[in-house]
Formats: sequence, C-alpha cells, structure tokens
Amino acid sequence: METLEQIKKRIEAAVPGAKIDIVNNGSPSAQHSLKIDNEHARDVARFLRDDPALRFDFCSNVTGVDWLDRVIKKTVKTKQVVDGVEKDVDLTSEEKIPGYLEAVYHLFSIAHKHGPVIIRMQTGRANAQLSSLTPIWRSAELQEREIFDLYGIKFEGHPDLRRILMWDEFEDFPMRKDYRPPDDFEWEPTPHDDVLERAKQHYPARPTETELKPS
Amino acid sequence: MGDEIDEGLRSELQRQGIWVTSMQELYNWGRKNSIWPLQFGLACCAIEMIATAASRYDIARFGAEVFRPSPRQADLMIVAGTVTKKMAPQIVRLYNQMPDPKYVIAMGACAISGGPFKQGYNVLKGIDRYIPVDVYIPGCPPRPEALLHAFMELQRKIDNQKLSGPNKSDHLDREHPSEYPVPAFGKHDLVPRANPDVFRPPQIERV
Ligand code: SF4
Repeated sequence: METLEQIKKRIEAAVPGAKIDIVNNGSPSAQHSLKIDNEHARDVARFLRDDPALRFDFCSNVTGVDWLDRVIKKTVKTKQVVDGVEKDVDLTSEEKIPGYLEAVYHLFSIAHKHGPVIIRMQTGRANAQLSSLTPIWRSAELQEREIFDLYGIKFEGHPDLRRILMWDEFEDFPMRKDYRPPDDFEWEPTPHDDVLERAKQHYPARPTETELKPS
Repeated sequence: MGDEIDEGLRSELQRQGIWVTSMQELYNWGRKNSIWPLQFGLACCAIEMIATAASRYDIARFGAEVFRPSPRQADLMIVAGTVTKKMAPQIVRLYNQMPDPKYVIAMGACAISGGPFKQGYNVLKGIDRYIPVDVYIPGCPPRPEALLHAFMELQRKIDNQKLSGPNKSDHLDREHPSEYPVPAFGKHDLVPRANPDVFRPPQIERV
C-alpha cells in the first residue's frame, strides 16, 4: 500500500481544494491517520473507494471521540547568548487546543487486501455537524446513527438519522464528557468517589444538636 | 380448607390406608410443581438459564420445563440479564400481562442492581424498582445450580402460601395490585425513576 504521504498527495491532486492533514499516532501501533476537511469529505471518500490502486471498499468501523480542551507543551532547545556566554536554553511554548468532537473511520480494501487507512473529521461541540459517508460506504449507516445518538454529531446526507440505542424522546448525549447521569443514586450499598458524592445527597439529614438534646 | 391437620392423626390414618390432605396443600402442591416460566432472556445470564433448561441440569425435574412464549400462559418471570432503561417498560408490561398468581426471579447482578453496568447511563439499577421480586439470585452469571436453588426457594414460598385468613397469599387479596404502572421514556431518564410502592431502599447513613 502507498504511504499516507503518497495518498495525501494523490487526494490533493484528485480533489481540488481538499485540506488533508496527517495526524501522527505516537504509540507503538503507529497507526497514523488522515484528517480530512468537512466540505470535501465525501469527494475524498469517493476517491479512496474508487481509486484503482487504493480501492478502500470496506469501512469496518466508525466511532466518535470527544476531545476536551487541552494544552500542548512544546520544548525547543535553543542556543542563546547570555552575558556574552553561549548557553543552551529550553524555550517552552504552550499551545491551547479547544475541545472538539471527532468521527473516525477505519477503511480496508478487500479487493487489494490492504488497510487500514484511518480518516478523521472534526467538528465543534455546539451545532456539531459532519457530512455523512454512508452514501459511500453503506456499512457506516448504523455506526453513524450510533455516533449521532451518543455524541450528538449530525451527519448531513445520512439517509435515516435517528437515535439507535437510546429512546427517541431522550435529549442528552451520554458519551460526551460533560454528560451527567440522572440522579438515580438512592440505593448505593458500596459507593465510592463520584458515586459516593451523589449518593450522599440522598442520605437523610443528621439530627442536629438541639434535636438530640432531651427536652 | 383449614390447614391444621394434626400430624399424628394424619400419619395414623395414613397407616390405615387413608390419605388426608387439605385443599390448600393440594392446591399449592399442584402449583409449585408446574411453574411455567415466561420465555425470554435479556443478556448473558439467559445463557445460563438456557443451560438450566437443557438436559444436564434439567429444570423439568421441577416441573418448570414449559417455557411459554406468551405472558398469558406464564406463572413465573425469570429476569435473566441486564435490564436496559429502554427495555424496562416492556418488562413491566409483560409482567402486567401475566395472570395471577405470578412470581419473579431476579437472576444475576444486573437484574438485581444493574450489576457491572450499574453506573452506566442506560442500565436500570435493578428490576425491583418497578415490579416486586420474589427471589434474588446473586452471581455474574449465577450458575445453573443457583437458578435451581432459586426454583426450590420459590417452591417453598408457594408451599407456604395461605389460601385464607389474614395472611392469605397476595394473589387472593383483592386489594393487592397485580399490575404496576409502566414507566415512560423521559427526556433524561425513565419517568418515574422508581415506583415508590414497590421500591423501598433502606436508608443509609454514613459518616
Ligand atoms: S449479571 Fe453478569 S452474566 Fe448476568 S447479565 Fe449481568 S453481566 Fe451478564
């Protein structure tokens, strides 16, 4: 299979205007991925599926991710002249990345027996919307519905976007990190951590000093 | 209909070839040996329930091998597995459709309390929030022997039920409800979160 860089170049040549970034995965699995922009997502996907050398005809997995706001610290070693002496100085810079929601697709080629290539699309938390890739890979249909159900990302162009696991009347998005489960902690025999905090709200009030005093 | 037969007299009569019993004993004996369970399973515990019904553990020895596919013909509901919040109203509805006398076994940690998924957003923290449970079996999953044990407990319970008098069995008491409200799907959770007539958790106070 071609490398991601080669694929990226070929996509950019085939789909004018497409913005592709390579997202590096620093873990030992080193499964790097392609971040594709929302506007050209479907054209890029169609290229990945139809290009004779790539032929990613199988979308095996679609999943959602909720990234919180994060700060990335970068340290750069530079040489600086301090008081006429050259010294190594570490310059640290902080980069704030606001949180976002992400949909991740794993693609394989059954025709060429290669893969996976991972593509990602990002969207903000408010008004989360991405273009659906179900028209390209039918296998994404239920999984995009699941992401819609649990993360609240609307997939524009999806043929049948409804909740799939939770009931239709449900309004929350339980896999988002700011989700707070409803207050059904009346009976927690072995509470700890967060559960303990929430269970405590159901404990009866302790009698006050005056109530305890015999009158 | 009285249930007070003198044990000495009874064994004396039996020695003479006369078998004496009471209506209540006969009735309960018949009921306890043909408990027909409702045929449904919710999660992994159902696999153990199936194993219990198969030849090795053979629930037919207790007269309960006739798993009925309709609540109208069932005496016993074995809640075998995880009750999701989406499923809970259907369980209550099935319970309501069963004719009296009816019994419920909560099989496994999930049915009792939500089990390993207790803190999940989608799992009901115990079916006893909406319907009364007769026998609880702990385990994840409980072994078939445990389900058989629950059966024997249930048989014991049925055997001791009275047909008359102040302590008569619930199903003979007109005042006692045989149906419970079905929870509705709400915006954030089931509404209500529990039926206070059925679910009375102990109040805990911890320092
Ligand atoms: S109690 Fe354990 S075995 Fe039974 S349904 Fe729950 S998770 Fe599965």
